[in-house]
Amino acid sequence: METWQRLKRNLSELWQSFRRNRMGLIGLGLVLSALAVAILAPWLTPYHPQQVIRDANGRGLTFAPPSVHPPLGTDDGGHDVWAQLVYGARSSLTVGFLAGFIAMFVGSFLGILAGYFGGWLDNFLMRLTDVLLVIPDLPLMLVLVATIRQMQLKISPLTVLILVIGLLYWTSTARLVRSQVLSIKERQFVARARAIGAGHAHIIRRHILPQVLPLIVANTVLILSTAILIESGLAFLGLGDPTKPSWGTMLNFAFDRNAISNGAWWFYLPPGLAIVWVSLGCVLLGNVLEEMLNPRLSGHHLEGEARILKHGERK
Amino acid sequence: MTEPEPLLSVRHLTTLFEVNRKTYACALEDVSFDVYPYQTVGLVGESGCGKSTTLLSILRLLPPNARLSGQVFFKGVDLLSLSEQQMRAYRWKELALIFQSAMNALNPVLRVDEQILEAILLHRLMPREQARQRVHELLDLVGIAPQRGRQYPFQFSGGMRQRAMIAMALACSPSLLFADEPTTALDVMIQAQVLELLKDIQKKLGLAIVLVTHDLGVVAELCDQVVVLYGGKVVESGSVDQIYNSPQHPYTQKLLESFPDLHHPSSTLASIPGTPPRLTELPPGCRFEPRCFARFDRCRHEAPPLRQVAEKHYAACHLLEGKSPNAGSI
Repeated sequence: METWQRLKRNLSELWQSFRRNRMGLIGLGLVLSALAVAILAPWLTPYHPQQVIRDANGRGLTFAPPSVHPPLGTDDGGHDVWAQLVYGARSSLTVGFLAGFIAMFVGSFLGILAGYFGGWLDNFLMRLTDVLLVIPDLPLMLVLVATIRQMQLKISPLTVLILVIGLLYWTSTARLVRSQVLSIKERQFVARARAIGAGHAHIIRRHILPQVLPLIVANTVLILSTAILIESGLAFLGLGDPTKPSWGTMLNFAFDRNAISNGAWWFYLPPGLAIVWVSLGCVLLGNVLEEMLNPRLSGHHLEGEARILKHGERK
Repeated sequence: MTEPEPLLSVRHLTTLFEVNRKTYACALEDVSFDVYPYQTVGLVGESGCGKSTTLLSILRLLPPNARLSGQVFFKGVDLLSLSEQQMRAYRWKELALIFQSAMNALNPVLRVDEQILEAILLHRLMPREQARQRVHELLDLVGIAPQRGRQYPFQFSGGMRQRAMIAMALACSPSLLFADEPTTALDVMIQAQVLELLKDIQKKLGLAIVLVTHDLGVVAELCDQVVVLYGGKVVESGSVDQIYNSPQHPYTQKLLESFPDLHHPSSTLASIPGTPPRLTELPPGCRFEPRCFARFDRCRHEAPPLRQVAEKHYAACHLLEGKSPNAGSI
């Protein structure tokens, strides 16, 4: 119960300092609005993304420009672009978020292990990240996704994307966390923690993790944007799920069906802008979070002083 | 009259650091001393003489390349023979350590009271609510308003941090307190406050203290026994009175001379030329030989053993050979 109250207090303090940062608010707004669109998709459009919109004569409206009725126009098959965009947010964000979180967990876990315990474990994990870092991401993921598809496993294409991105994209987090852990574990308060009789698990939980957490959180938000970009990239190259539109598959279709030479800008511009929207939001949010979660960078110092002086200080 | 049992009894403690496969740095050699209940023992010596290493060796907090030998008996148990798991139970509950720089020893992102609480909860001494109460009492004891425990270490002044560190050291009611230069980072006024506090606490709680310092004034004020270390070896040990009034080892004599005396402020301070030996290239004979004003041939080849010069007063110098224990004091 007490832990819950403490958490509540900490969160409200966090919100207080967050509120003052305009860039952070903009970032949060961008990310939250994208999430809201994804969640509220069925209420935002009367059409299903695969539904063909027909004119009065029953003919499909192909490459119809934006108007009142199809707000963002239609694609070559007469599908509503706006419907595709809002439903596409679902798959794009799902893949981005889940893959980002997997990458964060794997990266932080391995980074802390390598940094804290050192020795052969560190050596092994770091050589592994070296190997993964040396191989270019996109081609490797392409090959992996394509191979897994070939294997005809009963996994949905989206899950494959999530796993491949998540399990290959932890290297930079692991590196970052490891280097931070290396420096923290030499600090004297870790020696003090050992002196009070703490074991490794306790030291990692109480002293190492809180110190690397700001880094992890900020890095995660940044990784989210990268994961969304990679998903779009893979989908653009035709590795998305063709039955579920995502922003990447929309771009892929637009490119395949000559939307550009047909001048159908309403087909390729919205998904591109949507990707920019979310990525920008993540980057802004990530930078501000990092700044905020570091207590020494925040304005707590004088505030705390004033609060205590109000209560009456005694020497 | 029966002697009380020593609380801590260090016997032939030797600490080597493996530098590489062939080289070892000998940080401590054959260090022996006793700490009795309610007593304060001062470990003095220049920087790099093994004072802090002694404390960390006893607590077994040295990095993995350290090799320890000898015995450290605490309440009759040899700490060096315990497993890491068993040793953990001793740390803080029985043997607490006040770090040299409280700023670094406190976690900057945890509130001060949380950190004191941590020590109590880690050893499962009492339920959380009661432990919170105890933290309040401890902060009060060291003169910090308990509500300031909600602040972070960087919002504390240097003296407050050191006092918070002391509160933390007392959290589990240890029977032995190690203080590793507790006043070095503080200015003179705060030093006096912290020392006063230590003295006060010792009187109130009746614990034994091992104080590491190079401030001989502090030693004179606080300690009952003094152990003088040089190059990782004990060169002299005895009561404060014996060490200050009849120092036997040339190093102790020079060390005392190099400290200002309020009663004779005009006299110029002496210094000892040179620096302590490198721990990887120790001289074969007496370690102080290269810097000693009274050296002779024998010192270069033969390390002097620790000789008794008076009741509980030992010194390691060839000059003392042949002096009977009673002839030791002037």
